[in-house]
Amino acid sequence: MSNFAEMIIKPQPWTGLMMGNHALVRAMLESGVRVATTYPGSPTPEIADALMAIPAEVRPLYFEYSTNEKVALEVAFGASINGHLSTVFFKSVGLNVALDSAMQLSMMETIGGMVVVLGDDPGANSSQNEQDNRHIARMSYLPMFEPGTPDEAYRMFKAAAALSQRINMPVFLRLTTHVCHAREVIQFGTVPTDEPNWLPAYDPANGPYWPITQSIYPLKRRAFAKLAAVAKEVETSPLNEILAPNGSEPVNGKRLGVITSGIPAFAMLECLDQIDAGVDVLKLGITYPLPERRLLDFINAHDEVLIVEELDRVLEGEIKALAFDHKVTAAIRMRTETEQLMRELTPDRLWDLLSQTWPDAFPARAARPAAEEDVAPRLPQMCPGCGHRSAFHAIRDLLADEFPNAITVADIGCHSLGAMEPYEMGTVLMCMGHSNGTGAGLAINNDTRPVISFIGDSTFYHAGLPAIINASLHNHNLTLVVLENYTTAMTGHQPTAGNGEMGDKILIPAVLEALGVKFVRSVDAYRQDELKQHLREAIAHPGFAVVIAKHPCMLKFLRDKQRRLANKKEADVGANK
Amino acid sequence: MANFNIYMCGVGGQGIGVLSEVMIQACLAAGHPVKGVDTHGLAQRGGIVSSHLRLGANVHTPRVTAGEADLVIALERLEAFRALVNVARTGGTVVFYDTEFQPIHVRMGKAEYPSLAELEQAAKKRQLRLERVSADALPDPRMQNTAVLGRLAGLNVIPGVTGAHLEQALTQVIKPAQLEANLAVFNAQAQPTAAGESN
Ligand SMILES: Cc1ncc(C[n+]2csc(CCOP(=O)(O)OP(=O)(O)O)c2C)c(N)n1
Repeated sequence: MSNFAEMIIKPQPWTGLMMGNHALVRAMLESGVRVATTYPGSPTPEIADALMAIPAEVRPLYFEYSTNEKVALEVAFGASINGHLSTVFFKSVGLNVALDSAMQLSMMETIGGMVVVLGDDPGANSSQNEQDNRHIARMSYLPMFEPGTPDEAYRMFKAAAALSQRINMPVFLRLTTHVCHAREVIQFGTVPTDEPNWLPAYDPANGPYWPITQSIYPLKRRAFAKLAAVAKEVETSPLNEILAPNGSEPVNGKRLGVITSGIPAFAMLECLDQIDAGVDVLKLGITYPLPERRLLDFINAHDEVLIVEELDRVLEGEIKALAFDHKVTAAIRMRTETEQLMRELTPDRLWDLLSQTWPDAFPARAARPAAEEDVAPRLPQMCPGCGHRSAFHAIRDLLADEFPNAITVADIGCHSLGAMEPYEMGTVLMCMGHSNGTGAGLAINNDTRPVISFIGDSTFYHAGLPAIINASLHNHNLTLVVLENYTTAMTGHQPTAGNGEMGDKILIPAVLEALGVKFVRSVDAYRQDELKQHLREAIAHPGFAVVIAKHPCMLKFLRDKQRRLANKKEADVGANK
Repeated sequence: MANFNIYMCGVGGQGIGVLSEVMIQACLAAGHPVKGVDTHGLAQRGGIVSSHLRLGANVHTPRVTAGEADLVIALERLEAFRALVNVARTGGTVVFYDTEFQPIHVRMGKAEYPSLAELEQAAKKRQLRLERVSADALPDPRMQNTAVLGRLAGLNVIPGVTGAHLEQALTQVIKPAQLEANLAVFNAQAQPTAAGESN
């Protein structure tokens, strides 16, 4: 067992350096989580890496990579209504996929407890948008915790799990990228060593678990009642705290206060370190439901209060409404420009907001002059030896020579990079699995411009199937190229349903055949001439055609090989001792 | 102590992860409160990879603000140039391994790869100390990070972090089978008169 695995499962308390995502796994073990599920997506894959680092024989919980986020959430839900504390984690946009099920959760008595961990991505470090999932807490009537550091992520997971078990309602833990990936020293507690109780405790009498038409009202009423109880609790929760000493000296006769949460709260501390003037900071660890009394007391103790938040106007709107209802006299200040609603709120950007709001306390700084030097850009690229690259090379040449007005549709994965120079293949991108549906729309009554959609193999299973059934059924005249590399490459080589690492392989050609697809060809992506010929025929085929361009991800292949060699070397060194 | 900001960067696959692990362990061993954050996400080779490390009791967030790195450690020349221009503070230090990974824009003739002279000039303009590391005959190019760590051991730029802290951390992080070769590379660079030149 690795050193890391030994530490993460060690029953006794210890203190050490840990990444936020890994600290969450310790929190899961300390909380007694029995079932954890996910579908990979940055910034959360390292949570799964840490779980997988624990050898299955000693891992005290069931873990799986589910087919997609919706399935992952449902598996965790099923476990919870059977009495087991469960957790599901995925990236920001994963919640869109899971939302259809997530919207019922507040009406369900999740008797085992359930924590839904979201990895939001302000700054779009590795995502196709910057969506702010704080809205979803409101929309789904579920409490939300928002840590700003790895230590808080660890502590708040435990608090969220405890709350969820107490109120039999799922709780959101919303992380952001630089909470997930930050590292700091954390004091860990004890992992209970009692045997897991796998007794299936599901009982419809705990529910009802059957929301339909009029039966939703008692359930919805119960959800609101639970939220109201939580709202009372959060008034005194230590997770909502005054960070800077309350009652600071007024600045120019005005008492200033800031209400904030998550990483921006810590950015605020960085800014405060640079001035002498006092500004009070109320940091919310639980951002839904809001502690209204506490907020009002804080606001009333100040002349001006600035709401410091990242991305959308969630706190701004709700706190303004609260202040209005209570005829607060303090000025509620907030962001004024659209640019301020985008990107991460880093300390330097926060300083600009503060100096725009209170120039006396936070003197404006000259913008950093742009460097005069020209620095060549470096964009991510497909790796040397990548099969996608070979396929794009061939397809680009074929289209340039024979179908210069073809339309190419991208999907999400390493192959999205095909859109960049020098290939420029796949020029419309939305989200996982969109390519085949979008391609079908582009193909309607279009006899002049061939449509070629791309999709990766992990995405094929995740969200690709419904649009494939649709195209097969309606015989949409497009060509789908499945770029099969036997792994979920982009997010760090997680297994796929087809690569045999999780169970018997579910093979793509067999699936296509079962779905009634009449034209299916399969070829190694390195065989460029054959690939071109298949594609030529696929384009000529009147109706839906699929070409599978397969080649193992070379990065994974080489890493696996290196690992095998290193292990062998290690074993040899050991044997020689 | 005032806060101290370290920014590390290179190209995917160069071993920034090991470099940042050794650095954070060495700084911890030297008794600094630390906060750090690494880029994770895109698995491909060839993109920019970076790691931030901040030391000091008054550090609240893990990322180094542009223009505020006291020390930049880069594993490649273009990335050293980028960090020198964008992230280093005036008067700071840049230590870099002088190897070349040309990005596609350079290969397509759409952008220039920086010369050593350009780095030197940009460093001079910002009153930066520029340390170039280059070792012939490394047993493995993946030891370029170890060579840079060796050079750092001789520089004493990080308050309180000695060569011994770095060496100890290296011993902790590197797999036993590769340790001997790495220590040799580390020690060769740690000597002030070693194979690498400094600028
Ligand atoms: C709903 C959703 N979940 C997860 C992700 C994160 N993600 C980006 S690419 C990718 C997988 C791509 O795997 P595959 O389709 O096999 O393509 P490859 O990267 O291997 O080429 C994932 C899971 C996402 N963008 N959207």
